[in-house]
Amino acid sequence: MISSSRILGVMTGLYLLGFFTYLFLPLVFMSVVAFNQSDIPQAVPWNGFTFDWFVALFHDDRMWQAFGNSLIVAVSVVLISVPVGLSAAMVLTRLHCKAKNLLYALMVSPILVPGIVLGISTFLFWDSWFRISGGIWTAIMGQSTFISAYCMLLIMARAQRLDRTQEDAAFDLGAGHNRVFFKITLPFLKPAIISSAGLAFMQSFENYNTTLFAIGIQQTLPIYIGTQLRVFISPAMNALGVAFILVTIFGAVMYEILKRKERYR
Amino acid sequence: MTGIIKQAFASFGKTGAGIIFLLVGGWVIFMIISPQLIALDYSFRPLLPLRDIGGPKDAYTLKNYITLMTNTLHRAVFFKTIWSSLLVTFLALCLCYPISYYLAKAARRSHVSLLMMCIIVPYWINELLRIFAWQLILSDAGILNQMLLWLQVINEPVNFRAGDTAVIMGMVYAYILFMVFPLYNAMESLDKNQIDGARDLGASWLRIHWKIVIPHAKPGMAVGCIMTFMLAAGSVAAPQLLGSPSSFWFTQIIYTNYETANWNLGTAYAEVLALLCLVFMFLMLKLFKVGLKEFVK
Repeated sequence: MISSSRILGVMTGLYLLGFFTYLFLPLVFMSVVAFNQSDIPQAVPWNGFTFDWFVALFHDDRMWQAFGNSLIVAVSVVLISVPVGLSAAMVLTRLHCKAKNLLYALMVSPILVPGIVLGISTFLFWDSWFRISGGIWTAIMGQSTFISAYCMLLIMARAQRLDRTQEDAAFDLGAGHNRVFFKITLPFLKPAIISSAGLAFMQSFENYNTTLFAIGIQQTLPIYIGTQLRVFISPAMNALGVAFILVTIFGAVMYEILKRKERYR
Repeated sequence: MTGIIKQAFASFGKTGAGIIFLLVGGWVIFMIISPQLIALDYSFRPLLPLRDIGGPKDAYTLKNYITLMTNTLHRAVFFKTIWSSLLVTFLALCLCYPISYYLAKAARRSHVSLLMMCIIVPYWINELLRIFAWQLILSDAGILNQMLLWLQVINEPVNFRAGDTAVIMGMVYAYILFMVFPLYNAMESLDKNQIDGARDLGASWLRIHWKIVIPHAKPGMAVGCIMTFMLAAGSVAAPQLLGSPSSFWFTQIIYTNYETANWNLGTAYAEVLALLCLVFMFLMLKLFKVGLKEFVK
């Protein structure tokens, strides 16, 4: 007789298999297409193995320019969002007043509205107040609006667990505010700050919706991919997808290795 | 107000408080509030040729908002976007509930971090490319059609991209992580003894979920649904890459207005979209009886 727990186990196994197949199979197909000689992106019929699309991608100057823009934007967004998120987390965890809930709602609102709304409003704001038309700057501003909120939430979650008696003890021993902040608060928040910087970079590098509306005629990598996929469909974009996958796997492996090292220390 | 400043000086010192207020103030005023006010201002003004701007014709009007209701195409697309986004949200919830439960309560600890990594890793690949992968599967010459033809299930390629099927499938795929994460976080804090206790007392598998797991996971379900709905309704890439001419999305109407420099109408529609997401959020928070504070988790 088959026990019911055995059936449940098999069902769970099948579900997991199905779920991860669903998650990875599209990416496998996409990668296969990158190596097919066919001029249009398709996996079948298979016309033979080639690296041509990687070579084409490598010689695509506009791709490199868009990539450069993406790096500039992402680094700037990290430099803005992490300090802003940290400050906002400090305000929300340390200060107490009636308007706090309202302020909190206002600060998380950028992640609750669609990215295109932020893109449009940022574009119009800089255009009508400062006569700065859409470009790298407005893209940075638009993205930082909601990425700061993500950083704030991440840092806040850790800041709430900080044992305040440590800070009080330092104050009692005569340490100044800056010293307490740099010697106690900041080291405690460090893991959250590092992960919020990572998240901010990824979010910025990935961002399509907000950037599309804020950036005007300039291009970041996602905007460039969007135009390519809509207008001149070529397997070179699949090659770019494979590049993303390789970088991602490399990143994931590095992360695991670093984590293991940390554990054995 | 002075109370707040005194508190800030006491907690952060003068320099610290100054920097913190400057950063937070700059963010709230120049990035959150002012752009939204400017956008609202645009949305309530008519589209005018340059010479008329600031003139007598440049007065506040509801015209742009009324257009959404009078233009039958725009209205139909708007309601279709709501309906389809609800469907995406529901499908994502059904798909992600079991995996989240498995990761949070059923899986061995040593497996969890590996499986979690497997879920997160695809999200480091650009959203557009992830959605494009579905185009390769669902298009006329795509893998699914080729396979069905080969198996002789069909004689001619099926146009999977007609209607919204492809767009909805692409979106569910693209936003899984935003559903799994909040669900997993909420379920992880559930004490496993409660489940074991209920099981020992003879509760069925369904009853355990209905009476224990779901009530506990409510905040996560609310957050997951809110995020997924917002991403779906506001998605630009999925309809652009997977949609057919017959499956317009509300964001595409906004984008068309933007390209033709009709800022006023485009902005009004964007505001309606933002309002829609906020209304959905409040409905979810009421339905699941949770507060906005849950987002901190």
